[in-house]
Amino acid sequence: MTFTLDEISILCVYSAMAVYAIAFIAYAIDLARRSVAATRAVDEAKVPVAVGASAVGSTEGAARPANRAGAAASVVYGRSPALRVGVAMTVVAWLLHLTADVLRGLAAGRVPWANMYEFALTGTLIITTVFLVVLLLVKQDLRFLGTFVTGLVLVLLGVATVNFYVSVVPLPPALQSVWLVIHVFVASSSVGFFALGFALSVVQLLQSRRESVAETAKAVKQNFLATLPDSITLENLAYRVNIIGFILWTFTLMAGAIWAEKAWGRYWGWDTKEVWTFIIWVIFAGYIHARATRGWRGSRSAWLAIIGFSAVLFNFTVVNLFFKGLHAYSGL
Amino acid sequence: MSPQSDPGAPSRPADHIDSVEGAPDAASDNSVSQPKLGFIGWIRFAWRQLTSMRTALLLLLLLAIAAVPGSLVPQRSSDPNGVVQYFTDNPALAPVLDGFQMFDVYTSAWFSAIYLLLFVSLIGCVIPRTKHHLEALRARPPRTPVRLSRLAGYTERPLPVSAGAVSTGSTSSGADAAIDAAAKQLRQAGYRVERFDARDEASVSAERGYLRETGNLVFHTALLGVLVAVGIGGGFGFAGQRVIVEGQSFVNTLAAYDSFNPGRFFDDTSLKPYRISLEELDAVYETRNQDAIGQAIDFTAHVTVQGQGEQATEETVKVNEPLYTHGTDVYLLGNGYAPTITVRDADGEVVFTDSVPFLPQDANLTSIGVVKVPDGLEEQVGMVGFFYPTQSELASGAYTSSYPDLIFPVLTLNVYQGDLGIDGGEPTSVYTLDPSSMEQLTGGSTGVDSIELKPGETAELPNGLGSVSFDNADPDAAEGDLSQSVPRFASFDIHHDPSQLWVLVFAILILAGLLVSLFVPRRRMWVKAATRPDGRVVLEYAALARGEDPGLEAAVTAFADRHAAGLSAAEPPHDRDSSST
Ligand code: HEM
Repeated sequence: MTFTLDEISILCVYSAMAVYAIAFIAYAIDLARRSVAATRAVDEAKVPVAVGASAVGSTEGAARPANRAGAAASVVYGRSPALRVGVAMTVVAWLLHLTADVLRGLAAGRVPWANMYEFALTGTLIITTVFLVVLLLVKQDLRFLGTFVTGLVLVLLGVATVNFYVSVVPLPPALQSVWLVIHVFVASSSVGFFALGFALSVVQLLQSRRESVAETAKAVKQNFLATLPDSITLENLAYRVNIIGFILWTFTLMAGAIWAEKAWGRYWGWDTKEVWTFIIWVIFAGYIHARATRGWRGSRSAWLAIIGFSAVLFNFTVVNLFFKGLHAYSGL
Repeated sequence: MSPQSDPGAPSRPADHIDSVEGAPDAASDNSVSQPKLGFIGWIRFAWRQLTSMRTALLLLLLLAIAAVPGSLVPQRSSDPNGVVQYFTDNPALAPVLDGFQMFDVYTSAWFSAIYLLLFVSLIGCVIPRTKHHLEALRARPPRTPVRLSRLAGYTERPLPVSAGAVSTGSTSSGADAAIDAAAKQLRQAGYRVERFDARDEASVSAERGYLRETGNLVFHTALLGVLVAVGIGGGFGFAGQRVIVEGQSFVNTLAAYDSFNPGRFFDDTSLKPYRISLEELDAVYETRNQDAIGQAIDFTAHVTVQGQGEQATEETVKVNEPLYTHGTDVYLLGNGYAPTITVRDADGEVVFTDSVPFLPQDANLTSIGVVKVPDGLEEQVGMVGFFYPTQSELASGAYTSSYPDLIFPVLTLNVYQGDLGIDGGEPTSVYTLDPSSMEQLTGGSTGVDSIELKPGETAELPNGLGSVSFDNADPDAAEGDLSQSVPRFASFDIHHDPSQLWVLVFAILILAGLLVSLFVPRRRMWVKAATRPDGRVVLEYAALARGEDPGLEAAVTAFADRHAAGLSAAEPPHDRDSSST
């Protein structure tokens, strides 16, 4: 029995999903253990074990965390075997995922991002890649985001294989362009960054709620959040990730316009997909402004990042599938 | 950190996070006890509100929301047929939506109002900041703060003993030298530096990253640039469409276009009358991949282009590869078949012959076209035709095309006689027939079969009107080879947009400004030779971020290490031991 490249690619996708699932479970176990550790820390000591370091050198960094002593202080969590399993499995899944993607490209004889199935396959690969690279580069320990990242990737891959799969077909003339390579790849990369920024913003919101409760209450029921960085650190990290996403998105929009000029004879025509690309761009511009506006930094700007990423997901799913327009390349 | 005591601070709207809360001109000051404002006062107040960060933010969010409806409802600009359809499907709702300009969202009054306000706000924001920035570019770094230990990344290094030991009453010469060295290193690292020696303590104050603010201003100004380029520049261009059948040509003049949309300031006489002839349109379809049989792989229009008094040149136009010629951009946006149809009267005289473009209806190029014969027959005759490049029959008996290339081409015609409705001077589309004052003679409910022709065949028209032929464009081909029997047409879009280049330039500036303003750190750094109460001299290092600067502390440490290393390298080796405390 022989397999075609595409069939091997699909086998790799399924294997990657299985390993992502193991990673997801490992990360989830780690979160559960964090809650236990946090509760124990409170019971045993009644005194916070350590105060989370923050102040990532923002102009404001020094001013805010000072009032965050007491119940909100973070708990030293220590080593976690579950976390290490999670990361190791993520790397294994990533390798399988990468293989799947490369094989799909080889099977098609072109870049593997020309229809919904392939966007999803490559896009999720980039999300994992960005996550692993950020783990390597950022000083803070962000492995706790693994639950979100592997969960998201797993869901998207599941939907892609079940609902979006199409066999390899040649590129229609409109897609035969270097801009397919550039525009779509950069768009997918920026989604990778926005996804991580989204996760950080969500945790930031949870964390800042915990912190504000802690400021007024004496005793707070501790959960896993106590072992994570404080909300300001999370906010700064989210910002750094999101502005990279924003720059890539700006480039995506411009590259798209250049391509549209070549393929359709106009660089901008308010086609549905263009409209949503623009909307997302404006939301994140709003997010960056909110960070710099008094009264909007913190939770409000975090909400904008969350809305922004939701719009990205909406753009990829609902707009691709249900809205009419020139960008009818889902292949479905 | 207060901007007021800080001439180098970029001028920000009052509610910017780096501005001082409660500053006299805080735009957010809406307390009840506001003093009565005169007219000028009100204007200034309104202007401050409009140019505040909060307003910019709200307008941005409004813009995002206002853009949404245009993706839910078809737009006249991008999908005019969709709008017509929408009116048919929702006869009650559509006029209401139309009243709110929902079918022209991006040119609507409310959408324009939002972005124009945003841009007014932008101008109001950028001008003072630019002024301020130009001043800041010439300003010197500020005085070294008295206590560095409170600032970011504060770190100390011992002054090598041999240098610091000899105190000469005022600043020690060793400390002086160390600070000089620091100033030199900072300058090399791109800082603007200033020596400050106060209270017997030598220090250097340095600032870098003015480019950050420059980038931000370039970014915002380039946004304006794009708007202006699109708004004004677009008015000088035009966009026209023209269908050309193989073997035919088109001269770039106003009358030759099938449709033509000039910009507001466009001058017809500026059209250069060059000629484009379509020699051949190559269409390639997938034949091997079972999952994609018949899918289009390539369309290439082979054309010759000839300007007045010029040699003709051979060119190609493809999807994604427009032809740039004579100041216009020529795009291949569609193609299809143009069966050659000849109509003769009862005496056999030709009254009509032409290759008529049929509009494709599906991926296998089932196409519809219309033939109008206004003169030469006893009555005006119209025909609505279906063309199937590879005809096959559905279970229902209806015809369809099963492959887009010419394997078994069939043309069917429904004939109408009566008034074509083209004599009244009203412009009518060549692609539609208005049958309201005509009588149908074949097909449909007439009980007479539609006329059905293969290339080279002729059929009688009903009522002895005459005959109609479907000419074979390649009669000499081998028996059964019909691949060239029907000419193809290409539909070209021809554009001229003088602002396009400007839009691109501003877009590049936007991207460059953005990169610079988000990634160039703006920071101050200080190095001070501080004398401790015990007389020891210590080198203090600290920095201050101006805006987002995650690498600040690492930068201070790195600089301190480098500086200290430079100092001790300059020391004779035997002194190293005694310098450690
Ligand atoms: C057309 C609408 C606008 C867009 C798309 C936009 C977009 C952006 C973006 C992407 C940034 C971050 C990049 C950078 O720092 O250069 C930014 C920063 C900034 N914008 Fe805008 N902007 C707009 C209008 C305005 C207006 C009207 C104001 C004035 C009220 C303004 C004031 C600022 C300021 C002060 C910053 C710096 C923020 C900081 O300190 O980090 N912007 N803008």
